[in-house]
Amino acid sequence: MDQASQAASQASVSSAKVETIDVDAVNKKEERSLYKARVKIYPKRAKGVFRKLKWLVMAATLAVYYLAPWIRWDRGPNAPDQAILIDFPARRFYFFFIEIWPEEVYYLTGLLIIAALGLFLVTSLAGRVWCGYTCPQTVWTDLFIWVERLVEGDRSARIRLDKAPLSVNKIARKTTKHVLWILIGMATGGAWIFYFADAPTLLVDLFTFQAPIVAYSTVAILAGCTYVFGGMMREQVCTYMCPWPRIQGALVDEESLIVSYKDDRGEPRAPFRKNMDWDTRGDCIDCNQCVAVCPMGIDIRDGQQLECIHCALCIDACDEVMTRINRPLNLISYDTYVNHERRAAGRPEQKPRIFRARTVIYAALIAIVGLIMLAALITRSTLDINILHDRNPLFVKLSDGGIRNGYTIKILNKQHEIRRFEIAIEGLENALISVVGQEGTSGLTVPADRLAQFRVFVSVPAANAPDGREDFNFVVTDLADGNRAINDTVFRGPEQ
Amino acid sequence: MAHNVEKDDVTGIETTGHEWDGIKELNNPLPRWWLWTFYACIVWAIGYWVVYPTWPLISSHTKGMIGYSSRQDVVDKIAEAKAAQAQYLDRIEVASLADIRADTELLNFSLAGGKSAFAVNCSQCHGQGAQGFVGYPNLNDDDWIWGGTPEEISATIHYGIRSAHEDTRFSVMPAFGKDGLLERQQINQVVEYVLKISGQEHDEAAASEGQTVFAEQCSSCHGDTGQGLHDLGAPRLSDAIWLYGGDRQALRETVTNARFGVMPDWTNRLDEATIKQLAIYVHSLGGGE
Ligand code: SF4
Ligand code: SF4
Repeated sequence: MDQASQAASQASVSSAKVETIDVDAVNKKEERSLYKARVKIYPKRAKGVFRKLKWLVMAATLAVYYLAPWIRWDRGPNAPDQAILIDFPARRFYFFFIEIWPEEVYYLTGLLIIAALGLFLVTSLAGRVWCGYTCPQTVWTDLFIWVERLVEGDRSARIRLDKAPLSVNKIARKTTKHVLWILIGMATGGAWIFYFADAPTLLVDLFTFQAPIVAYSTVAILAGCTYVFGGMMREQVCTYMCPWPRIQGALVDEESLIVSYKDDRGEPRAPFRKNMDWDTRGDCIDCNQCVAVCPMGIDIRDGQQLECIHCALCIDACDEVMTRINRPLNLISYDTYVNHERRAAGRPEQKPRIFRARTVIYAALIAIVGLIMLAALITRSTLDINILHDRNPLFVKLSDGGIRNGYTIKILNKQHEIRRFEIAIEGLENALISVVGQEGTSGLTVPADRLAQFRVFVSVPAANAPDGREDFNFVVTDLADGNRAINDTVFRGPEQ
Repeated sequence: MAHNVEKDDVTGIETTGHEWDGIKELNNPLPRWWLWTFYACIVWAIGYWVVYPTWPLISSHTKGMIGYSSRQDVVDKIAEAKAAQAQYLDRIEVASLADIRADTELLNFSLAGGKSAFAVNCSQCHGQGAQGFVGYPNLNDDDWIWGGTPEEISATIHYGIRSAHEDTRFSVMPAFGKDGLLERQQINQVVEYVLKISGQEHDEAAASEGQTVFAEQCSSCHGDTGQGLHDLGAPRLSDAIWLYGGDRQALRETVTNARFGVMPDWTNRLDEATIKQLAIYVHSLGGGE
């Protein structure tokens, strides 16, 4: 326990002494320099509503990430039973009851569009909530800082440790921290690969050194990235590498809820003294708690800044201070620009409007794309055909003067059972159709969940030969349930 | 440059001493991550020198610690592929064409193997799609001069046509005009008759004269109605497919000078398994009998 919280637990509320931290915002505007080496940030522990919320979100997101590949889903005898599986060798993507073939990746496009619109929507409502709570960089950095605090203590202890000369204690602590970080990194990379193979089998293979080399290298690369990004680079990833902060600036407007400091209420700031008169001064006691907890190394009292990820930890820190000095909460809070203006003009605050053109449009777009995808999923056919017309030669003249074209027809059977099909044509007069290696055109068998390929010849007598080209359709019919797939193609003959 | 260190007033950073259009370049150090990446690359390169073959010597090169050689790699890969194919090739070698065609696995392997062997050995004359050219038969159609069953196709590939092989398939059409076997008028008549039996425009009077000529001179090989004869390699004349063209001009040329197409024998150039695969592939092109 550090001094401030010790003080908090011992003293009574109104007479509490609030520790004033000697800290300078690392990322101050005046200090922003393109070439300066990074100044290390030592975020202090925050306590409060948002911190709790962040722990919950962290637990939920990490649980989903680590556990999802272990969920089983029975698809019958011919298919894997992993609920979420990206099966590269078989070229299938499984997601619970959804099963996607490579030519259906547009579902993924739809999902990405929805994800992007969702991000737009929440950002226009409440600023960078994605960054503050759910972004993997934030979640893992938070986890790494938690480990760091566990091993090296809170802010002041860490600063002291870093300044201290090398000792057994320092080496032991530093080593422990890095080992824990690397272990977390390995667990992170390890979890990733389970999405690409049967998880229980792969786990055994991993530890018996039977797994493919790509599995080990993926774990190594992701472990390295997690360790470097979450442990070393932290806020620099958000500030210098991520494009998203630049985009988000365009998504928030004056009615978005964003973490901000009420300077109308806080200023002029001055240090706290007992029994002081609050009428002549602002509520901010310049204790710098909000600066000390900030993982991005900024001072929220300087106004909106690119670095701020809206993690709300400064709100928790300041609310704790306000409670202790018995002043109203929310000196720093989720607030809209409109309210800042209104207070400045002496008017009452207003509730943030949720329904605005921007949010309604985003929500409507999400609904539309969602409905389209749902419709596509519901009507998804379990039968597809692809037709390749022979190019070389385009057509063959037969001895009776007739013209023959060759085709390769691929029938995709997306059901988990064997199906038998009949093949026919529409729109070509007097045409004869034959399938290589088959008696007749009926009873083409396609194995469960597979694609089968057939060579098909279509010939027309000389009298019916088209001049140049003619369009027609292939019709493939499931003999069992009458399901049909129709595809158009061309028949070519000599130009006359 | 050390003698002339100039500092930028605003930033206090040393300049490079250059000036372009009034703009001075500051001498900022490289970012540290950049430097580390650079050093890491140097270390990597040194490791590479040691581990892989790198340095050229006068008559050879350093071999590297792990003895890697990309050439050996290719040799190994080819041997590996050969070994993988051997299980099929060995079976194809001894199986009959009918047996191969009855076995889906062997059939698919033969079709793929035949296709690539065709591209390497046959496509120069018969075309990439086996579509043929004037004088080189189209192998997709249903007209076969020497027969289109897999066995007959295989025989043609083995021994060739008019090739140097002793078992080659051989036939000679007389050069009726050049050798003075027929009068020019008789040639014209027989050409009209051939136009007639192949369903083309013709001179009826000349054609009926030509019928007599045909019966005397041509029918022994091409059949009474011009239906052709595989055993003699005599093309069918009563259809729409012509090796050297079927119009009046081309027919006249054929009767006058005869044709003498040659296909090489492949017995000594390709192994038995490859020829079998080729026969199966060519037969699969759609016109096989
Ligand atoms: S200023 Fe506040 S909300 Fe923004 S990053 Fe820092 S602690 Fe989080
Ligand atoms: S805003 Fe709150 S936490 Fe920050 S210095 Fe002022 S009183 Fe302290």
